[in-house]
Amino acid sequence: MNVDWLMREWDMILDLFLRHLWLSVAPVAIGLGLALPIGWAVQRSGRWKGPILNLVGLLFTIPSLALFVLLPWFLGTQILDPLNVIVALTIYVLALLVRTVADGLDAVPRETLQAANAMGFRPLRRLLTIELPLAIPVIAGGLRVALVSNISIVSVAALVGTRQLGSLFTQGLQLQFLTPIIIGIVLSLLLAATLDALVLVLSRRMTPWERRNA
Amino acid sequence: MILFSWLLDPANWTGPYGALTLIWQHILYTLAAMAAAAVIAVPIGLYVGHTRRGELLIAGAANILRALPSLGLIVLLVILLGPVFTSDLAFLVPSLIVLVLLAVPPIMTGTYSGIANANRAAVDAARGMGFTPLQVLFRVELPCALPLIFSGMRGATLQVISTATIAAYVSLGGLGRLIIDGRAQNDYSQMAAGAILVGLLALCVDLAIELMAYLTVSRGLTRRETSRFPNIRRRSDPSSSPTVQRDVSP
Repeated sequence: MNVDWLMREWDMILDLFLRHLWLSVAPVAIGLGLALPIGWAVQRSGRWKGPILNLVGLLFTIPSLALFVLLPWFLGTQILDPLNVIVALTIYVLALLVRTVADGLDAVPRETLQAANAMGFRPLRRLLTIELPLAIPVIAGGLRVALVSNISIVSVAALVGTRQLGSLFTQGLQLQFLTPIIIGIVLSLLLAATLDALVLVLSRRMTPWERRNA
Repeated sequence: MILFSWLLDPANWTGPYGALTLIWQHILYTLAAMAAAAVIAVPIGLYVGHTRRGELLIAGAANILRALPSLGLIVLLVILLGPVFTSDLAFLVPSLIVLVLLAVPPIMTGTYSGIANANRAAVDAARGMGFTPLQVLFRVELPCALPLIFSGMRGATLQVISTATIAAYVSLGGLGRLIIDGRAQNDYSQMAAGAILVGLLALCVDLAIELMAYLTVSRGLTRRETSRFPNIRRRSDPSSSPTVQRDVSP
């Protein structure tokens, strides 16, 4: 480890870190916002549910580097545009979370729904105040997987030129210099662990009734 | 169409750097990494699933490996191991190590959760009939675990195909070459060709594994209707069919 280099390049490293944070968190937020209504609709779709979920799952099969290359053509963006990365990762998040949301809503006990109906809950209020809160543990599980894997995928975008922590890896290889590579790996693990713990704590806070079973 | 112009030129398909060679290289890397990973991961998964020892260790290892940026790992190993080897091995060995490392956790978790979630009643019945522990493992638990083992294999294969593309950056062959070289030459149609081909390859492999699972998994588990008893409606009970969180990071 070369500490001099670290001190000198600190501003650049911080800038790359913040870009990395933004590029990996924004798609999860957008993806969750889209996955909630889509997952709900899919869960209600009866016999179409299986085929739709399998089709959405196929989005996973596209390798990330391929997606970063093809999206500029579909979106009409420049290849360096960070928007490509955000859209690509949103697609992966959707592929994961639509299934998770549908599974989470499926796991709500039938008796609970019947009780809500009997108490006069209308469908929308039942969804928002009963079904979604009960589905939080399952959805949070999917969210954690999506976040952690996003942080790892974002670094691949350095190969097409989008700047974030992955740029430290390409720089390290060009200079045959280990310090930037190690710092890049450590920061990205740190980011993953922190965000993972954050989602875990938030979901525990939002579901106090789960604590008795723990 | 700039997307397809490279692909439509027959001259790009043959020769030592043609598309056919690159596709074949990509398949070879994937097969080699998957075989090595299965040899490591399946026995561990069987052992942990059967004995329930070391469950936390498996979950922890899978989590850490999911968070590790694969590009960083490849570059790190190339610099560390590169000087040890001569010729092509300098990037081939580090790349393959990373591919195997990424493929192990999904297969291991899939095998483990498949075995651990095997129908208790079936396992107890086998014990009652006097099966030895090994017979229980291979004749009851393993067939019950096949769907989850296959789903682990699918996740791992996608990961390997995707990461092998990235490894073109450290001079590995395969379809990633088109993307990396195209970027260096500012040739978008070549990059697009690599992206399309590797996407199609991943899709075909995914469907092939699904077909393999369809053909090998016992009908008693998939609940497909058999023609002999078309009128029997089985009670659908979602809690009895375990699912694993599919591993992402393609």
